[in-house]
Amino acid sequence: MNLHRTLATAARVLRQLRHDPRSIALMILVPCVMLLLLRYVFDGSPRTFDSIGASLLGIFPLITMFLVTSIATLRERTSGTLERLLAMPLGKGDLIAGYALAFGALAVVQSALATGLSLWFLGLDVTGSAWLLLLVALLDALLGTALGLFVSAFASSEFQAVQFMPAVIFPQLVLCGLFTPRDQMQPALEAISNVLPMSYAVDGMTEVLRRPDLTGDFVRDAVIVAGCALLVLALGAATLRRRTA
Amino acid sequence: MMNISASDPDPASAGASVTAQGAAPAAIRAESLKAVRGRRTVLRNLRFTVPRGQITGLLGPSGCGKSTLMRAIVGTQAQVTGTLDVLDHPAGTPELRSRIGYVTQDPSVYDDLTVRQNLEYFAAVLAPGRGPAATRRHENVTRAIADVDLTTHADALAGNLSGGQRNRVSLAVALLGAPELLVLDEPTVGLDPVLRRDLWDLFHAIAADRGTTILVSSHVMDEAERCHRLLLMRAGEILADGTPDALRTRTGAETVEAAFLRLVDEANAS
Repeated sequence: MNLHRTLATAARVLRQLRHDPRSIALMILVPCVMLLLLRYVFDGSPRTFDSIGASLLGIFPLITMFLVTSIATLRERTSGTLERLLAMPLGKGDLIAGYALAFGALAVVQSALATGLSLWFLGLDVTGSAWLLLLVALLDALLGTALGLFVSAFASSEFQAVQFMPAVIFPQLVLCGLFTPRDQMQPALEAISNVLPMSYAVDGMTEVLRRPDLTGDFVRDAVIVAGCALLVLALGAATLRRRTA
Repeated sequence: MMNISASDPDPASAGASVTAQGAAPAAIRAESLKAVRGRRTVLRNLRFTVPRGQITGLLGPSGCGKSTLMRAIVGTQAQVTGTLDVLDHPAGTPELRSRIGYVTQDPSVYDDLTVRQNLEYFAAVLAPGRGPAATRRHENVTRAIADVDLTTHADALAGNLSGGQRNRVSLAVALLGAPELLVLDEPTVGLDPVLRRDLWDLFHAIAADRGTTILVSSHVMDEAERCHRLLLMRAGEILADGTPDALRTRTGAETVEAAFLRLVDEANAS
Protein backbone atom coordinates (compact mmCIF):
# COMPACT_ATOMS: atom_id res chain seq x y z
CA MET A 1 0.00 0.00 0.00
CA ASN A 2 1.07 3.53 -0.73
CA LEU A 3 -0.33 6.56 1.09
CA HIS A 4 -0.13 8.88 -1.93
CA ARG A 5 -1.97 6.41 -4.18
CA THR A 6 -4.65 5.91 -1.52
CA LEU A 7 -5.13 9.66 -1.11
CA ALA A 8 -5.15 10.19 -4.89
CA THR A 9 -7.89 7.56 -5.16
CA ALA A 10 -9.95 9.15 -2.39
CA ALA A 11 -9.56 12.57 -4.03
CA ARG A 12 -10.62 11.11 -7.37
CA VAL A 13 -13.77 9.53 -5.89
CA LEU A 14 -14.70 12.84 -4.24
CA ARG A 15 -14.07 14.71 -7.51
CA GLN A 16 -16.40 12.32 -9.30
CA LEU A 17 -19.05 13.03 -6.67
CA ARG A 18 -18.55 16.76 -6.99
CA HIS A 19 -19.68 16.54 -10.60
CA ASP A 20 -22.91 15.02 -9.31
CA PRO A 21 -24.34 17.58 -6.84
CA ARG A 22 -27.80 16.00 -6.94
CA SER A 23 -26.52 12.73 -5.48
CA ILE A 24 -24.66 14.59 -2.74
CA ALA A 25 -27.78 16.56 -1.86
CA LEU A 26 -29.87 13.38 -1.70
CA MET A 27 -27.34 11.56 0.45
CA ILE A 28 -27.10 14.38 2.95
CA LEU A 29 -30.66 15.63 3.05
CA VAL A 30 -32.73 12.43 2.95
CA PRO A 31 -31.67 11.22 6.45
CA CYS A 32 -32.46 14.65 7.89
CA VAL A 33 -35.87 14.73 6.27
CA MET A 34 -36.63 11.19 7.52
CA LEU A 35 -35.70 12.13 11.08
CA LEU A 36 -37.83 15.25 10.86
CA LEU A 37 -40.72 13.12 9.62
CA LEU A 38 -40.30 10.60 12.45
CA ARG A 39 -40.15 13.33 15.08
CA TYR A 40 -43.69 14.37 14.18
CA VAL A 41 -44.95 10.84 13.52
CA PHE A 42 -44.10 10.15 17.19
CA ASP A 43 -45.30 13.56 18.28
CA GLY A 44 -47.28 12.05 21.15
CA SER A 45 -44.53 9.73 22.45
CA PRO A 46 -41.13 11.45 22.59
CA ARG A 47 -39.58 8.36 24.29
CA THR A 48 -40.27 6.27 21.16
CA PHE A 49 -38.67 8.93 19.01
CA ASP A 50 -35.61 8.84 21.30
CA SER A 51 -35.00 5.13 20.81
CA ILE A 52 -35.94 4.88 17.12
CA GLY A 53 -34.20 8.15 16.26
CA ALA A 54 -30.95 7.06 17.91
CA SER A 55 -31.05 3.69 16.11
CA LEU A 56 -31.73 5.36 12.77
CA LEU A 57 -28.76 7.68 13.23
CA GLY A 58 -26.69 4.51 13.02
CA ILE A 59 -28.69 2.83 10.26
CA PHE A 60 -28.88 5.68 7.71
CA PRO A 61 -25.14 5.95 7.05
CA LEU A 62 -24.95 2.18 6.68
CA ILE A 63 -27.69 2.06 4.04
CA THR A 64 -26.54 5.14 2.12
CA MET A 65 -22.93 4.05 1.96
CA PHE A 66 -23.96 0.52 1.01
CA LEU A 67 -25.90 1.81 -1.99
CA VAL A 68 -23.35 4.39 -3.07
CA THR A 69 -20.39 2.02 -2.82
CA SER A 70 -22.03 -0.93 -4.52
CA ILE A 71 -23.03 1.18 -7.52
CA ALA A 72 -19.73 3.10 -7.66
CA THR A 73 -17.55 -0.02 -7.57
CA LEU A 74 -19.83 -1.82 -10.00
CA ARG A 75 -19.39 1.08 -12.41
CA GLU A 76 -15.65 0.80 -11.88
CA ARG A 77 -15.82 -2.90 -12.78
CA THR A 78 -18.04 -2.54 -15.86
CA SER A 79 -16.41 0.61 -17.31
CA GLY A 80 -13.04 -1.12 -17.61
CA THR A 81 -11.36 1.39 -15.30
CA LEU A 82 -10.87 -1.32 -12.65
CA GLU A 83 -9.06 -3.53 -15.16
CA ARG A 84 -6.95 -0.57 -16.19
CA LEU A 85 -6.09 0.32 -12.57
CA LEU A 86 -5.20 -3.26 -11.69
CA ALA A 87 -2.93 -3.42 -14.75
CA MET A 88 -1.18 -0.36 -13.26
CA PRO A 89 0.95 -0.30 -10.11
CA LEU A 90 -2.04 0.26 -7.80
CA GLY A 91 -2.46 -1.98 -4.76
CA LYS A 92 -5.90 -3.42 -4.11
CA GLY A 93 -5.62 -2.01 -0.60
CA ASP A 94 -5.00 1.48 -2.05
CA LEU A 95 -8.20 1.28 -4.06
CA ILE A 96 -10.32 0.01 -1.19
CA ALA A 97 -8.85 2.37 1.38
CA GLY A 98 -9.33 5.22 -1.08
CA TYR A 99 -13.02 4.41 -1.44
CA ALA A 100 -13.44 3.93 2.32
CA LEU A 101 -11.76 7.30 3.01
CA ALA A 102 -13.82 9.22 0.45
CA PHE A 103 -17.16 7.75 1.48
CA GLY A 104 -16.14 7.91 5.15
CA ALA A 105 -15.64 11.67 4.76
CA LEU A 106 -19.05 11.95 3.19
CA ALA A 107 -20.53 9.86 6.02
CA VAL A 108 -19.01 12.22 8.61
CA VAL A 109 -20.81 15.16 7.00
CA GLN A 110 -24.07 13.21 6.71
CA SER A 111 -23.95 11.92 10.30
CA ALA A 112 -22.89 15.26 11.76
CA LEU A 113 -25.84 16.99 10.12
CA ALA A 114 -28.35 14.29 11.08
CA THR A 115 -27.04 14.07 14.66
CA GLY A 116 -26.93 17.86 15.09
CA LEU A 117 -30.44 18.25 13.74
CA SER A 118 -31.80 15.50 16.04
CA LEU A 119 -30.09 16.73 19.19
CA TRP A 120 -30.60 20.46 18.89
CA PHE A 121 -33.75 20.93 16.86
CA LEU A 122 -35.80 17.74 17.20
CA GLY A 123 -35.26 17.30 20.94
CA LEU A 124 -33.67 13.86 20.76
CA ASP A 125 -32.85 13.10 24.40
CA VAL A 126 -29.49 11.33 24.66
CA THR A 127 -27.87 10.59 28.06
CA GLY A 128 -24.37 9.87 26.68
CA SER A 129 -22.02 11.92 24.54
CA ALA A 130 -22.97 13.08 21.06
CA TRP A 131 -19.40 12.29 19.96
CA LEU A 132 -20.02 8.62 20.68
CA LEU A 133 -23.16 8.73 18.51
CA LEU A 134 -21.01 10.17 15.73
CA LEU A 135 -18.35 7.50 16.24
CA VAL A 136 -20.88 4.68 15.86
CA ALA A 137 -22.39 6.40 12.81
CA LEU A 138 -18.95 6.55 11.22
CA LEU A 139 -18.25 2.87 11.93
CA ASP A 140 -21.64 2.03 10.43
CA ALA A 141 -20.78 4.00 7.32
CA LEU A 142 -17.55 2.03 7.05
CA LEU A 143 -19.51 -1.21 7.40
CA GLY A 144 -21.92 -0.06 4.67
CA THR A 145 -18.99 0.77 2.37
CA ALA A 146 -17.46 -2.65 3.03
CA LEU A 147 -20.71 -4.53 2.38
CA GLY A 148 -21.38 -2.54 -0.79
CA LEU A 149 -17.92 -3.24 -2.13
CA PHE A 150 -18.29 -6.92 -1.41
CA VAL A 151 -21.70 -7.44 -3.03
CA SER A 152 -20.73 -5.43 -6.12
CA ALA A 153 -18.57 -8.43 -7.07
CA PHE A 154 -21.73 -10.54 -7.38
CA ALA A 155 -23.78 -8.09 -9.41
CA SER A 156 -23.32 -7.86 -13.15
CA SER A 157 -25.48 -4.78 -13.60
CA GLU A 158 -26.61 -1.75 -11.61
CA PHE A 159 -30.09 -3.26 -11.67
CA GLN A 160 -28.85 -6.31 -9.78
CA ALA A 161 -26.74 -4.21 -7.44
CA VAL A 162 -29.82 -2.30 -6.26
CA GLN A 163 -31.62 -5.60 -5.60
CA PHE A 164 -28.88 -6.54 -3.15
CA MET A 165 -30.08 -3.77 -0.86
CA PRO A 166 -33.28 -5.56 0.22
CA ALA A 167 -31.41 -8.89 0.26
CA VAL A 168 -28.52 -7.78 2.47
CA ILE A 169 -29.89 -4.83 4.43
CA PHE A 170 -33.59 -5.53 5.06
CA PRO A 171 -33.17 -8.76 7.08
CA GLN A 172 -30.68 -6.95 9.30
CA LEU A 173 -33.06 -4.03 9.62
CA VAL A 174 -35.88 -6.32 10.78
CA LEU A 175 -33.69 -8.23 13.24
CA CYS A 176 -31.48 -5.45 14.60
CA GLY A 177 -33.80 -4.50 17.47
CA LEU A 178 -35.26 -1.42 15.86
CA PHE A 179 -38.84 -2.72 15.97
CA THR A 180 -38.69 -4.80 19.11
CA PRO A 181 -35.91 -5.57 21.61
CA ARG A 182 -33.83 -8.49 20.38
CA ASP A 183 -34.22 -10.53 23.60
CA GLN A 184 -37.99 -10.60 23.09
CA MET A 185 -37.75 -12.22 19.65
CA GLN A 186 -38.25 -15.91 19.00
CA PRO A 187 -34.95 -17.50 20.24
CA ALA A 188 -33.91 -18.72 16.79
CA LEU A 189 -34.28 -15.20 15.39
CA GLU A 190 -32.42 -13.76 18.35
CA ALA A 191 -29.58 -16.17 17.63
CA ILE A 192 -29.50 -14.98 14.00
CA SER A 193 -29.57 -11.35 15.08
CA ASN A 194 -26.55 -12.09 17.29
CA VAL A 195 -24.38 -12.71 14.24
CA LEU A 196 -25.61 -9.76 12.16
CA PRO A 197 -23.40 -6.68 12.43
CA MET A 198 -26.24 -4.14 12.30
CA SER A 199 -27.55 -5.49 15.64
CA TYR A 200 -24.38 -4.25 17.33
CA ALA A 201 -24.62 -0.90 15.59
CA VAL A 202 -28.08 -0.41 17.07
CA ASP A 203 -27.01 -1.80 20.49
CA GLY A 204 -24.17 0.70 20.54
CA MET A 205 -26.52 3.58 19.77
CA THR A 206 -28.93 2.41 22.48
CA GLU A 207 -26.05 2.28 24.97
CA VAL A 208 -25.20 5.94 24.27
CA LEU A 209 -28.89 6.82 24.53
CA ARG A 210 -29.27 5.29 28.03
CA ARG A 211 -25.87 5.53 29.76
CA PRO A 212 -24.06 8.75 30.66
CA ASP A 213 -20.53 7.33 30.38
CA LEU A 214 -18.50 5.00 28.17
CA THR A 215 -19.55 1.46 29.08
CA GLY A 216 -17.86 -1.85 28.40
CA ASP A 217 -20.87 -2.94 26.36
CA PHE A 218 -20.48 0.12 24.14
CA VAL A 219 -16.81 -0.62 23.52
CA ARG A 220 -17.66 -4.24 22.70
CA ASP A 221 -20.37 -3.15 20.22
CA ALA A 222 -18.10 -0.60 18.54
CA VAL A 223 -15.26 -3.11 18.24
CA ILE A 224 -17.60 -5.72 16.73
CA VAL A 225 -18.91 -3.27 14.11
CA ALA A 226 -15.39 -2.11 13.25
CA GLY A 227 -14.13 -5.71 13.11
CA CYS A 228 -16.96 -6.75 10.79
CA ALA A 229 -16.22 -3.77 8.54
CA LEU A 230 -12.54 -4.71 8.30
CA LEU A 231 -13.36 -8.37 7.69
CA VAL A 232 -15.80 -7.55 4.89
CA LEU A 233 -13.33 -5.04 3.40
CA ALA A 234 -10.75 -7.84 3.29
CA LEU A 235 -13.29 -10.12 1.61
CA GLY A 236 -14.04 -7.28 -0.83
CA ALA A 237 -10.33 -6.97 -1.61
CA ALA A 238 -10.27 -10.69 -2.40
CA THR A 239 -13.00 -10.17 -5.03
CA LEU A 240 -10.77 -7.72 -6.92
CA ARG A 241 -8.85 -9.92 -9.32
CA ARG A 242 -6.02 -8.68 -11.45
CA ARG A 243 -6.56 -11.55 -13.86
CA THR A 244 -10.10 -12.21 -15.09
CA ALA A 245 -11.55 -14.58 -17.66
CA MET B 1 -1.45 15.95 -34.42
CA MET B 2 0.21 19.19 -33.50
CA ASN B 3 3.42 18.24 -31.80
CA ILE B 4 4.85 15.64 -34.09
CA SER B 5 8.32 16.39 -35.31
CA ALA B 6 9.64 13.16 -36.70
CA SER B 7 6.59 11.56 -38.19
CA ASP B 8 7.67 8.77 -40.48
CA PRO B 9 5.04 7.80 -43.02
CA ASP B 10 7.21 5.08 -44.52
CA PRO B 11 7.17 2.07 -42.21
CA ALA B 12 9.63 0.09 -44.31
CA SER B 13 12.58 2.45 -43.75
CA ALA B 14 12.04 2.67 -39.97
CA GLY B 15 11.68 -1.09 -39.79
CA ALA B 16 14.88 -1.56 -41.72
CA SER B 17 16.86 0.78 -39.49
CA VAL B 18 15.68 -1.02 -36.37
CA THR B 19 16.50 -4.42 -37.81
CA ALA B 20 19.95 -3.14 -38.74
CA GLN B 21 20.77 -2.50 -35.07
CA GLY B 22 21.16 -6.22 -34.62
CA ALA B 23 19.49 -8.83 -32.52
CA ALA B 24 18.12 -6.94 -29.52
CA PRO B 25 16.09 -9.29 -27.30
CA ALA B 26 12.44 -9.38 -28.37
CA ALA B 27 9.93 -7.23 -26.50
CA ILE B 28 7.45 -10.12 -26.36
CA ARG B 29 8.25 -13.79 -26.74
CA ALA B 30 5.55 -16.49 -26.70
CA GLU B 31 6.04 -20.24 -26.74
CA SER B 32 3.19 -22.81 -26.71
CA LEU B 33 0.90 -20.10 -25.38
CA LYS B 34 -2.66 -21.21 -24.63
CA ALA B 35 -5.64 -19.42 -23.16
CA VAL B 36 -9.01 -20.82 -22.16
CA ARG B 37 -12.19 -18.83 -21.53
CA GLY B 38 -14.86 -20.96 -19.95
CA ARG B 39 -14.69 -24.19 -21.96
CA ARG B 40 -13.52 -22.53 -25.12
CA THR B 41 -9.85 -22.55 -26.12
CA VAL B 42 -9.24 -19.02 -27.39
CA LEU B 43 -5.49 -19.19 -28.04
CA ARG B 44 -4.02 -22.42 -29.42
CA ASN B 45 -0.31 -23.01 -29.00
CA LEU B 46 0.91 -19.60 -30.13
CA ARG B 47 4.58 -19.12 -30.89
CA PHE B 48 5.82 -15.70 -31.94
CA THR B 49 8.09 -12.80 -31.08
CA VAL B 50 7.49 -9.06 -31.20
CA PRO B 51 10.66 -7.02 -31.91
CA ARG B 52 11.54 -3.92 -29.86
CA GLY B 53 11.08 -0.37 -31.07
CA GLN B 54 8.74 -1.29 -33.91
CA ILE B 55 5.04 -1.21 -34.63
CA THR B 56 3.66 -4.72 -34.82
CA GLY B 57 0.13 -5.08 -36.15
CA LEU B 58 -2.05 -7.85 -34.80
CA LEU B 59 -4.64 -8.46 -37.46
CA GLY B 60 -7.50 -10.84 -37.86
CA PRO B 61 -11.29 -11.02 -37.94
CA SER B 62 -13.37 -10.17 -34.84
CA GLY B 63 -13.42 -13.00 -32.34
CA CYS B 64 -10.13 -14.55 -33.45
CA GLY B 65 -8.51 -14.00 -30.04
CA LYS B 66 -6.72 -10.65 -30.54
CA SER B 67 -8.09 -9.08 -27.36
CA THR B 68 -7.43 -12.22 -25.29
CA LEU B 69 -3.83 -12.27 -26.50
CA MET B 70 -3.42 -8.59 -25.60
CA ARG B 71 -4.93 -9.14 -22.16
CA ALA B 72 -2.54 -12.05 -21.64
CA ILE B 73 0.39 -9.78 -22.53
CA VAL B 74 -0.62 -7.06 -20.05
CA GLY B 75 -1.36 -9.73 -17.44
CA THR B 76 -5.11 -9.34 -16.95
CA GLN B 77 -6.20 -12.59 -18.63
CA ALA B 78 -6.84 -15.59 -16.40
CA GLN B 79 -6.21 -19.22 -17.47
CA VAL B 80 -3.15 -18.60 -19.59
CA THR B 81 -0.56 -21.40 -19.90
CA GLY B 82 2.76 -21.70 -21.73
CA THR B 83 5.62 -19.23 -21.91
CA LEU B 84 4.94 -15.52 -22.35
CA ASP B 85 7.83 -13.16 -21.66
CA VAL B 86 7.24 -9.42 -21.86
CA LEU B 87 10.26 -7.06 -21.62
CA ASP B 88 12.28 -9.99 -20.23
CA HIS B 89 9.81 -10.80 -17.43
CA PRO B 90 6.95 -13.30 -17.33
CA ALA B 91 3.73 -11.51 -18.32
CA GLY B 92 1.79 -10.13 -15.36
CA THR B 93 4.84 -9.60 -13.12
CA PRO B 94 4.22 -6.59 -10.83
CA GLU B 95 7.43 -4.97 -12.05
CA LEU B 96 5.91 -4.67 -15.56
CA ARG B 97 2.85 -2.70 -14.48
CA SER B 98 4.50 0.71 -14.82
CA ARG B 99 6.34 -0.22 -18.03
CA ILE B 100 3.34 -1.15 -20.20
CA GLY B 101 0.64 1.18 -21.49
CA TYR B 102 -2.60 -0.60 -22.30
CA VAL B 103 -5.66 0.70 -24.12
CA THR B 104 -8.74 -1.50 -24.01
CA GLN B 105 -11.18 -1.67 -26.89
CA ASP B 106 -13.82 0.39 -25.07
CA PRO B 107 -12.49 3.61 -23.58
CA SER B 108 -11.79 2.95 -19.89
CA VAL B 109 -11.94 6.40 -18.34
CA TYR B 110 -14.17 8.07 -15.77
CA ASP B 111 -17.08 9.75 -17.54
CA ASP B 112 -17.78 12.00 -14.56
CA LEU B 113 -14.30 13.53 -14.52
CA THR B 114 -12.77 16.01 -16.94
CA VAL B 115 -10.07 14.90 -19.36
CA ARG B 116 -7.38 16.52 -17.21
CA GLN B 117 -8.76 15.08 -13.94
CA ASN B 118 -8.79 11.61 -15.48
CA LEU B 119 -5.18 11.89 -16.53
CA GLU B 120 -4.08 13.46 -13.25
CA TYR B 121 -5.48 10.53 -11.30
CA PHE B 122 -3.92 7.84 -13.47
CA ALA B 123 -0.63 9.79 -13.44
CA ALA B 124 -0.72 9.83 -9.62
CA VAL B 125 -1.22 6.05 -9.62
CA LEU B 126 1.77 5.59 -11.95
CA ALA B 127 4.13 8.02 -10.21
CA PRO B 128 2.89 9.02 -6.76
CA GLY B 129 4.54 11.68 -4.66
CA ARG B 130 4.70 15.42 -4.00
CA GLY B 131 7.09 18.20 -4.98
CA PRO B 132 9.18 17.51 -8.09
CA ALA B 133 7.15 14.33 -8.78
CA ALA B 134 3.98 16.43 -8.91
CA THR B 135 5.56 18.94 -11.31
CA ARG B 136 6.73 16.13 -13.59
CA ARG B 137 3.27 14.59 -13.43
CA HIS B 138 1.68 17.86 -14.46
CA GLU B 139 4.04 18.08 -17.46
CA ASN B 140 3.31 14.48 -18.43
CA VAL B 141 -0.44 15.11 -18.29
CA THR B 142 -0.17 18.24 -20.45
CA ARG B 143 2.01 16.41 -22.95
CA ALA B 144 -0.30 13.39 -23.15
CA ILE B 145 -3.31 15.65 -23.75
CA ALA B 146 -1.41 17.41 -26.53
CA ASP B 147 -0.27 14.04 -27.98
CA VAL B 148 -3.87 13.04 -28.62
CA ASP B 149 -4.87 16.55 -29.70
CA LEU B 150 -7.39 17.22 -26.92
CA THR B 151 -5.84 20.39 -25.47
CA THR B 152 -8.95 22.41 -26.30
CA HIS B 153 -11.12 19.81 -24.52
CA ALA B 154 -8.91 19.35 -21.44
CA ASP B 155 -11.56 20.71 -19.08
CA ALA B 156 -14.57 18.97 -20.65
CA LEU B 157 -16.18 16.03 -18.87
CA ALA B 158 -15.14 12.78 -20.55
CA GLY B 159 -18.80 11.72 -20.62
CA ASN B 160 -19.67 14.72 -22.79
CA LEU B 161 -17.10 13.88 -25.45
CA SER B 162 -17.75 11.94 -28.65
CA GLY B 163 -16.82 8.25 -28.86
CA GLY B 164 -13.66 8.98 -30.82
CA GLN B 165 -12.59 11.65 -28.35
CA ARG B 166 -13.14 9.35 -25.38
CA ASN B 167 -11.00 6.74 -27.16
CA ARG B 168 -8.27 9.33 -27.36
CA VAL B 169 -8.55 10.14 -23.64
CA SER B 170 -8.09 6.43 -23.00
CA LEU B 171 -5.04 6.44 -25.28
CA ALA B 172 -3.62 9.50 -23.50
CA VAL B 173 -3.78 7.57 -20.19
CA ALA B 174 -1.67 4.82 -21.75
CA LEU B 175 0.91 7.37 -22.97
CA LEU B 176 1.34 8.91 -19.49
CA GLY B 177 4.33 7.14 -18.00
CA ALA B 178 6.32 6.99 -21.29
CA PRO B 179 5.88 3.19 -21.29
CA GLU B 180 8.37 0.91 -23.07
CA LEU B 181 5.56 -1.16 -24.54
CA LEU B 182 2.20 0.11 -25.75
CA VAL B 183 -0.58 -2.44 -26.21
CA LEU B 184 -3.43 -0.89 -28.18
CA ASP B 185 -6.62 -2.83 -28.75
CA GLU B 186 -8.29 -1.45 -31.89
CA PRO B 187 -7.49 2.19 -31.11
CA THR B 188 -8.78 3.52 -34.43
CA VAL B 189 -12.24 1.94 -34.49
CA GLY B 190 -14.95 4.49 -35.22
CA LEU B 191 -12.56 7.33 -36.03
CA ASP B 192 -12.79 9.44 -39.15
CA PRO B 193 -10.03 9.04 -41.80
CA VAL B 194 -8.21 12.23 -40.82
CA LEU B 195 -8.01 11.26 -37.14
CA ARG B 196 -6.96 7.75 -38.08
CA ARG B 197 -4.11 9.09 -40.15
CA ASP B 198 -3.10 11.46 -37.33
CA LEU B 199 -3.10 8.65 -34.78
CA TRP B 200 -0.97 6.43 -37.00
CA ASP B 201 1.46 9.34 -37.44
CA LEU B 202 1.52 9.65 -33.64
CA PHE B 203 2.27 5.92 -33.24
CA HIS B 204 5.15 6.20 -35.70
CA ALA B 205 6.49 9.30 -33.94
CA ILE B 206 6.33 7.53 -30.56
CA ALA B 207 8.10 4.45 -31.90
CA ALA B 208 10.78 6.53 -33.67
CA ASP B 209 11.41 9.22 -31.00
CA ARG B 210 10.91 7.27 -27.79
CA GLY B 211 11.90 3.81 -29.02
CA THR B 212 8.59 2.47 -27.78
CA THR B 213 7.46 -0.97 -28.89
CA ILE B 214 3.86 -0.84 -30.10
CA LEU B 215 1.52 -3.78 -30.51
CA VAL B 216 -1.67 -2.61 -32.16
CA SER B 217 -4.65 -4.70 -33.17
CA SER B 218 -7.09 -4.01 -35.94
CA HIS B 219 -9.57 -5.87 -38.06
CA VAL B 220 -9.18 -3.31 -40.83
CA MET B 221 -6.61 -4.71 -43.21
CA ASP B 222 -5.64 -1.42 -44.85
CA GLU B 223 -4.07 -0.38 -41.54
CA ALA B 224 -1.68 -3.30 -41.91
CA GLU B 225 0.33 -1.39 -44.49
CA ARG B 226 1.27 1.11 -41.80
CA CYS B 227 2.94 -1.49 -39.54
CA HIS B 228 6.56 -2.58 -39.57
CA ARG B 229 5.60 -6.18 -38.88
CA LEU B 230 2.39 -8.13 -38.91
CA LEU B 231 0.96 -11.04 -37.00
CA LEU B 232 -2.05 -12.41 -38.85
CA MET B 233 -4.43 -14.30 -36.57
CA ARG B 234 -7.35 -16.53 -37.28
CA ALA B 235 -9.37 -18.74 -34.93
CA GLY B 236 -6.85 -18.57 -32.10
CA GLU B 237 -3.83 -19.33 -34.25
CA ILE B 238 -1.09 -17.28 -35.87
CA LEU B 239 -1.52 -17.63 -39.61
CA ALA B 240 1.51 -15.61 -40.67
CA ASP B 241 4.25 -13.47 -39.18
CA GLY B 242 6.43 -11.04 -41.15
CA THR B 243 6.73 -7.63 -42.77
CA PRO B 244 3.88 -6.50 -45.04
CA ASP B 245 6.25 -6.73 -48.02
CA ALA B 246 7.34 -10.26 -47.16
CA LEU B 247 3.70 -11.37 -46.80
CA ARG B 248 2.76 -9.94 -50.17
CA THR B 249 5.82 -11.45 -51.85
CA ARG B 250 5.24 -14.84 -50.27
CA THR B 251 1.62 -15.03 -51.37
CA GLY B 252 2.03 -13.11 -54.62
CA ALA B 253 -0.84 -10.83 -53.58
CA GLU B 254 -1.21 -7.11 -54.26
CA THR B 255 -2.42 -6.11 -50.79
CA VAL B 256 -2.17 -7.48 -47.27
CA GLU B 257 -5.90 -8.16 -47.39
CA ALA B 258 -5.50 -10.37 -50.48
CA ALA B 259 -2.50 -12.04 -48.84
CA PHE B 260 -4.57 -12.77 -45.75
CA LEU B 261 -7.40 -14.27 -47.80
CA ARG B 262 -4.95 -16.45 -49.71
CA LEU B 263 -3.44 -17.71 -46.46
CA VAL B 264 -6.92 -18.51 -45.13
CA ASP B 265 -7.73 -20.47 -48.29
CA GLU B 266 -4.44 -22.36 -48.01
CA ALA B 267 -5.13 -23.18 -44.37
CA ASN B 268 -8.65 -24.41 -45.21
CA ALA B 269 -7.39 -26.54 -48.11
CA SER B 270 -4.76 -28.36 -46.08
